[in-house]
Amino acid sequence: MTMVPLPAVLLPFAAAAAGLLLSRWPHGRPSAGANRRAAWIAVIPTAGAAVFAVWLAWGQGFAYLEGGPRSEPVGATYGAIVTGSVPISLTLQADDLSALLGVLVTLVALAVQVYSIGYLADDPRYPSYSAFVSLFTAAMLLVVYAGDLLVLYVGWEIMGLCSYLLVGHWWEDLGNSRAAVKAFLVTRLGDVGFLFGIFVLGVGAGSFRIADVLAAVPQMSSGTLVTATLLLLAGVAGKSAQVPLHTWLPDAMAGPTPISALIHAATMVAAGIFLVARLFPVFTAAGPTMDVLAVMAALGMLGAALAALAQDDLKRVLAYSTISQLAYMAGGLAAGSDTAAIFHLITHGAFKALLFLCAGLVIHHVGSNLMSRMGGLRRELPVTFAATTVGFAALMGLPPASGFFSKDALLAAMEGALTGRLTDAAALLLYGCALATVAVTGAYATRAWLRTFFGRARTVALPEPEPGTAHVIDVREGPRTMLVPVVLLAVPALLLGFAAEPHLDLPIAVISVALALLGAAVVYVAWRADPLADPARLLGVLRVPCERAFYVDGLYAAVVVRPVLALAGGVSRADDEVIDGAVRGSGRTARGLSGMLRLVQNGNVQLYVSGLLAGVLLIALGAVVFA
Amino acid sequence: MSGWLTVAMVAVPLLGALPLLVADDALRPVLRGYGMAVSGVTLALAAVMVASFDHGQPARPQFTVDLAWTPGLDLRFQLGVDGISLPLVALTALLVFLCFAYLGWGGGTAPGQLLHPGPGGVRPRALVFTLLVLEVGMIGTFLALDLLLFFVFFEIVLIPMYFLIAIWGGEGRRAAAVKFILYTLLGSVVMLLGLLLIWAQTGTLDIVELAGSHGAGMSRAVQVVAFVAVGLGLAVKTPMWPLHTWLPDAHTQAPTVGSVLLAGVLLKMGTYGFARIAIPILPEGAAAVAPWLGAFAVVGIVYGALACLAQRDLKRMIAYSSVGHMGFVLLGFATLSTAGVNGALFANVAHGLITGLLFFLAGAIKDRYHTADIPSLGGGLMARLPRLGAILTFAAIASLGLPGLAGFWGEMLALFGAFEPAAALPRGLFLVFMVIGGLGAVLTAAYFLVMLSRVTHGSPTAVTPGAPSGGPAASAGTASTAGGPDVLAGVASRAAGESVTGRLSATLPEPPDEQPVHPLPNSETPPGERSPHETPPYETPPRAGAAHRAELPDVQRHELVAWVPLIVLILLFGLWPQLLLALTTPAVQTLLGALS
Repeated sequence: MTMVPLPAVLLPFAAAAAGLLLSRWPHGRPSAGANRRAAWIAVIPTAGAAVFAVWLAWGQGFAYLEGGPRSEPVGATYGAIVTGSVPISLTLQADDLSALLGVLVTLVALAVQVYSIGYLADDPRYPSYSAFVSLFTAAMLLVVYAGDLLVLYVGWEIMGLCSYLLVGHWWEDLGNSRAAVKAFLVTRLGDVGFLFGIFVLGVGAGSFRIADVLAAVPQMSSGTLVTATLLLLAGVAGKSAQVPLHTWLPDAMAGPTPISALIHAATMVAAGIFLVARLFPVFTAAGPTMDVLAVMAALGMLGAALAALAQDDLKRVLAYSTISQLAYMAGGLAAGSDTAAIFHLITHGAFKALLFLCAGLVIHHVGSNLMSRMGGLRRELPVTFAATTVGFAALMGLPPASGFFSKDALLAAMEGALTGRLTDAAALLLYGCALATVAVTGAYATRAWLRTFFGRARTVALPEPEPGTAHVIDVREGPRTMLVPVVLLAVPALLLGFAAEPHLDLPIAVISVALALLGAAVVYVAWRADPLADPARLLGVLRVPCERAFYVDGLYAAVVVRPVLALAGGVSRADDEVIDGAVRGSGRTARGLSGMLRLVQNGNVQLYVSGLLAGVLLIALGAVVFA
Repeated sequence: MSGWLTVAMVAVPLLGALPLLVADDALRPVLRGYGMAVSGVTLALAAVMVASFDHGQPARPQFTVDLAWTPGLDLRFQLGVDGISLPLVALTALLVFLCFAYLGWGGGTAPGQLLHPGPGGVRPRALVFTLLVLEVGMIGTFLALDLLLFFVFFEIVLIPMYFLIAIWGGEGRRAAAVKFILYTLLGSVVMLLGLLLIWAQTGTLDIVELAGSHGAGMSRAVQVVAFVAVGLGLAVKTPMWPLHTWLPDAHTQAPTVGSVLLAGVLLKMGTYGFARIAIPILPEGAAAVAPWLGAFAVVGIVYGALACLAQRDLKRMIAYSSVGHMGFVLLGFATLSTAGVNGALFANVAHGLITGLLFFLAGAIKDRYHTADIPSLGGGLMARLPRLGAILTFAAIASLGLPGLAGFWGEMLALFGAFEPAAALPRGLFLVFMVIGGLGAVLTAAYFLVMLSRVTHGSPTAVTPGAPSGGPAASAGTASTAGGPDVLAGVASRAAGESVTGRLSATLPEPPDEQPVHPLPNSETPPGERSPHETPPYETPPRAGAAHRAELPDVQRHELVAWVPLIVLILLFGLWPQLLLALTTPAVQTLLGALS
């Protein structure tokens, strides 16, 4: 039993290695056979990992969400790495929380691997793609099952690498490449803080083991705890795309749609939330950090929802929606309820992965990401329409979809925080923004739903797909490998709310459903008035700022990117002119001096003799004077 | 005990070099095999050494030899190896062997394989001789346990490296070689003064004895002066900012094997000196100077990264990246804590592997494209030479310090050391160093990813030097207009696009010593016909890619032979850092004896 987390991590890792090295063997050429082989290499180990993850979670089930007594973690330590200071212990463990997350990760990864077989059927780089997805799965499972903070950090960073590689999958278009670079760098910036936070905790507790750190919380000074958690929060903000490090996520939609579903909606971006839940006792002991988290969450959820309302690209709508929903979870954590946050994380993982995979089917069908090119698709894509409807209902928090229950739990926690541990202003801001966001969520979900599936069909024969989108295939629905995962994901997106004995807070539930319906109704009325116009016109003067996500990208370009590049240019010039100039200058000086000395060596014997005499005279004088 | 092993490590390459002086024509046909054989024997000896090393006592010098050398001056021939030097000795033997394998494997006729026989060959006998003498000096430096012997080996290295750059280098080789040797000799002179000061004060040159007495017999002032003198000499070699400007020139001009050995081994001699001599022998001097060392180190990290961001030449960029990485090593030493020095030693080895690989790759690209100018490469390496592109991506990612690869642990431990420096050091200052170093790590990631974006991504444009076309300018131009305000890549490629046309017309003449075996054919598709927006990207590789592959060979066997061991070791040390840390930790604890 103690061995169990290890194979779940190693299986996808082995799949990644095998997929990279073996799938094109022995010819080394892209071929249908290589893709088929790669598909088997990818799917079977992921399924195996899923079996292990389910086995691990079998005993506890949803115990974590129900709040009862936490069971003892199972796991093993596979040795230690001496550092000369605090050692790193190679520990893997599974407890209630990680067992639950492991199931989410492996099942979504499995769905995405199967879906990708159809989505990237004739992509010559499918083998490396599927191998990177496997590597990502292994890294995420390492994060989930890690029993040591530095082991967790290893998985955390490898996830970032996989995100980079997969966002840049279609690297022929330099725009995709740039999005990948941005995703890596922004998260890396946060990760530096994260690493320093680990240092602070590790030195404070005398160990990097998570169990030891949690046990040492009462002994640590509040200064240590606040510093550590604020630093960790930087990494969390980077990975979970929270304000102010959220700007990479919308751009990351340049990757293939299944990647958006797996990494940029269901799993990797949830890692930050998971980390806070993992170290929840540390965070709750650091009051100021929770206030910061609450403010970040409040700004992020409303701002991102407004941005989602104005986007034309369907995937960008979902990306901003992801930022907004992750901010909900962060808000729930700040309000003191890790169970509600994890509950929403899991339901969100299901319904957002579903929404992205449906968006992939739509994009696959239409050949464009833009909603202005869609419309009237409900007849052509009935299965996708039904699944998307489930997904949007869950996103809006309408009963009986899963999102309704988890959002209700979050709102209840935030309302409770009004009289709880947060400072009053932060709690009020958080709860107010959360309620406003419910309405805006209703609005943007309805807008996307109406513009995609209703109205008149606007699909025109496109000459060629844009780089970075999938083929136009004129079948009515996508291939079966794409439809089956969608249908299977729709089930948990609809029903997961009933899994964990829902505790409904009825007044809040009524308010939130009413708000969501209000937002939806406003958009519906505007759409009925003119089905061809974009309901985003309701935003009025706010529309352009919302579409540009409040110009944060421009701000960063002006404040960070351009100064750094200017500085780089300056350093390069200074290196050549000042530092190397000094070196060359010393060389020139030496040569100049030697040139002057050479003037004396002119072959004139009279000069030599006079010099000799002068020298003798000087010595004699010196001898007389000093003797 | 079994001191013959250390002596043999030095003697085998030396004796191997001697026949090259006498036998002129007899060795010529077997030259490629000869170099591989001699360095292979040395590598085998290193493997024996690693295997028979007593891993239970890595802090104790093993395989020691102690012979009288110049009795009048009381100079002794003392060699030995401990947990600090063992990885470096093995790394040196491996890299030299891989260089010979790269030069001589297979037909030996590929570009970059400088040993090809026959008329027009580029002095292959002299090259083998030079590399073997270089190996003697490098291994000797890591084995020496006597201050003057260390200095002698340290200096021996300069001469062959000078010739390596000056004879087999690029078109600016003379100036670069002169700068290299004068700069490093100047540093060595200062170091010699410091070593003599130690000798004058303590009356012994025995490194083990001196380290064991932890600076006894030297006043604090003497220690500080000696540390500064020795440190300056080592800092030039390392190189430490602002004493680094010989490095980019030397790297850019050196042939591939020269760059690999320069980055992979020679720089390590400087940092090794800190661990072997400066810190253990002069602990009080180290404690007094460490804040300054740390400050220069973090300036070097950020400065190197910023300089990389603005480089246009691939080899030059990797050279500047060495300045940054060596900054992490020096920061680790400056903390004077076990974790920090451990990190420095780990980063040392990791940098040797990773940057060695990077220079191999840069050389391979230069051999194919006949330029290392990034805008002239035109992007699209992944489409044109997918395997080369994949290995370049791997090496760049290893170099930016991704956990799970070798580059991470050293940098992480150096930063961790700065978080908890030795008790004698000002902690607040080192926290500032840590934060700056962390930001430097982000910048490191930035320039490597920007480089990857510019070199490996995008559609390949059929640009070759001498074939002027609007290709690269066009692709870079479209890149900069697509999308919104964005990260570095966009701006960088925009800057590249503006200058590329001017650059192309003034493409460099062929270096006389680098003869292209594959003449560059004109592309079958006229340049400019394929723009990145006309072709669906995922359809490019099968048809067009095949045509490109016919033009430029992807990774070849001799390259694979040289690179695969490095890749395997990068992965091995990345996934199992304990392999190295178990060796260094006890040794570091001993050498820091008085400080921790």
